[in-house]
Amino acid sequence: MSIPFYVAPEQLVRDKAEFARKGIARGRSIVAVDYADGVLILAENPSSALHKISEVYDRIAFAGVGRYNEFETLRKAGIRQADLMGYLYSREDVTAMGLATAFSQTLGVIFIRDPKPYEVEILLAEISEDGSEHRLFRVTYDGTLYDERRYVAIGGKAEQLVDALEDLWTENLSLRQAFDVCMEAFNRAEGRAPEGWEVAVLESGNGRRAFRRLDPAEITAE
Amino acid sequence: MIEKPIGPLPLDAPVPGSSFTDLLNWMGAAPEVTIPTGASPVSAPEGTTVLSLRYEGGAVIAGDRRATEGHLVAHRRIRKVFPADRFSAVAIAGTAGLAMDMVKLFQVELEHYEKIEGIRLSLEGKASFLARLVRSQLPMAFQGLVVVPLFAGYDDKEGRGRVYTFDVVGGRYEETDFGSTGSGARLAKSYLRTAYEEDMAPDEATALAVNALVAASSEDTGTGAPDLKRGILPNVVRIDQEGLRELSDEDVFPLAESAMEHIR
Repeated sequence: MSIPFYVAPEQLVRDKAEFARKGIARGRSIVAVDYADGVLILAENPSSALHKISEVYDRIAFAGVGRYNEFETLRKAGIRQADLMGYLYSREDVTAMGLATAFSQTLGVIFIRDPKPYEVEILLAEISEDGSEHRLFRVTYDGTLYDERRYVAIGGKAEQLVDALEDLWTENLSLRQAFDVCMEAFNRAEGRAPEGWEVAVLESGNGRRAFRRLDPAEITAE
Repeated sequence: MIEKPIGPLPLDAPVPGSSFTDLLNWMGAAPEVTIPTGASPVSAPEGTTVLSLRYEGGAVIAGDRRATEGHLVAHRRIRKVFPADRFSAVAIAGTAGLAMDMVKLFQVELEHYEKIEGIRLSLEGKASFLARLVRSQLPMAFQGLVVVPLFAGYDDKEGRGRVYTFDVVGGRYEETDFGSTGSGARLAKSYLRTAYEEDMAPDEATALAVNALVAASSEDTGTGAPDLKRGILPNVVRIDQEGLRELSDEDVFPLAESAMEHIR
């Protein structure tokens, strides 16, 4: 029987974290910001077929950066979890908080247990029934959960994006203004021409299902 | 063998992973019913007459509000017509409790598929799935607990409304003009057979649907006539290119009033 080499836990965690961070840094970033009617999510995405932003439940949206197959697995698992909870109990019992902790625990276990951690970062957005209170959560590759306010960014350029948003974001933005603020934040953070956008909103006026995909041209035409 | 799931999220799922019903079964969360041998049939409230007809560019689906248990009225304001998703609706007849559960599962299934796959099921796909749900109730049907739905929707590929009826074993039949199920179905259908015209206007078709329900209620004790005093009015849903619209009581009231006036 072969005895595996001893690796100090600190070393192991450091190596895995570095590996995951490298993978995520290669991916394009996503921002979500509060605006007057809800939450706007903007992702740089050259593909119009492969989505990074998705509806999870009535008032909850998901976005992921990093490895497509990994955040897609998480996205589907999130939808399953949400639909199961809503079916077994009631639709109002499905919350972003509950889902965020589930994502956090799952990513945490994968990070420790699996040889290769997930190279992903995900964000969850939720608006309340009347659209007045929004919740934003960010979950990192190791399962760390952050409760964010007003705006949040994930991906390789997250820090720069948050810095830019700190400067640009104001309260009660219109949809158009929020979109412009996000574009400008990307412009400052990336310093290069974008390769296409994917836009979606959680909007309080949309009925039971608040999620709606938007065409960037549609917003700028308003 | 099922591997222990990682963390609280269902990362793995049955293949194909877009069916909510399969997920429920796979997780062992589906309600299991075992009927003891020699069990005597139970009695439960039954939903009665629902009907649906096609019109120019869409379909209307409607139902009365009564549920009966034997010769008694169990509920006067039960709801038997439900939106299934943005472009289809389902109406139920038979054992009300089981039927409502089936509708709830059907609604979640359609939305679940749409979210997972990023695209809606085709109308044919939805009808075929509903047939599978009816079929899964077959053991209960032998106990006298029968569920027979009616399904209508707008087919955006063909640009028209479509109506489907089902039988107790999960048979699915597309109707060319109209369909009806429940205790007053025969009466409603004979009314529709004489009054139905092809490519009616939406309002005409809606009035006809209410008239047919009233006609059924005048001879079938299971079907509740509109009660204008107490405001018990049929549920009516219309589906066309724009999506599904549920008519309010204010919309249905004049139709019910006129139908009640003209019935002999």
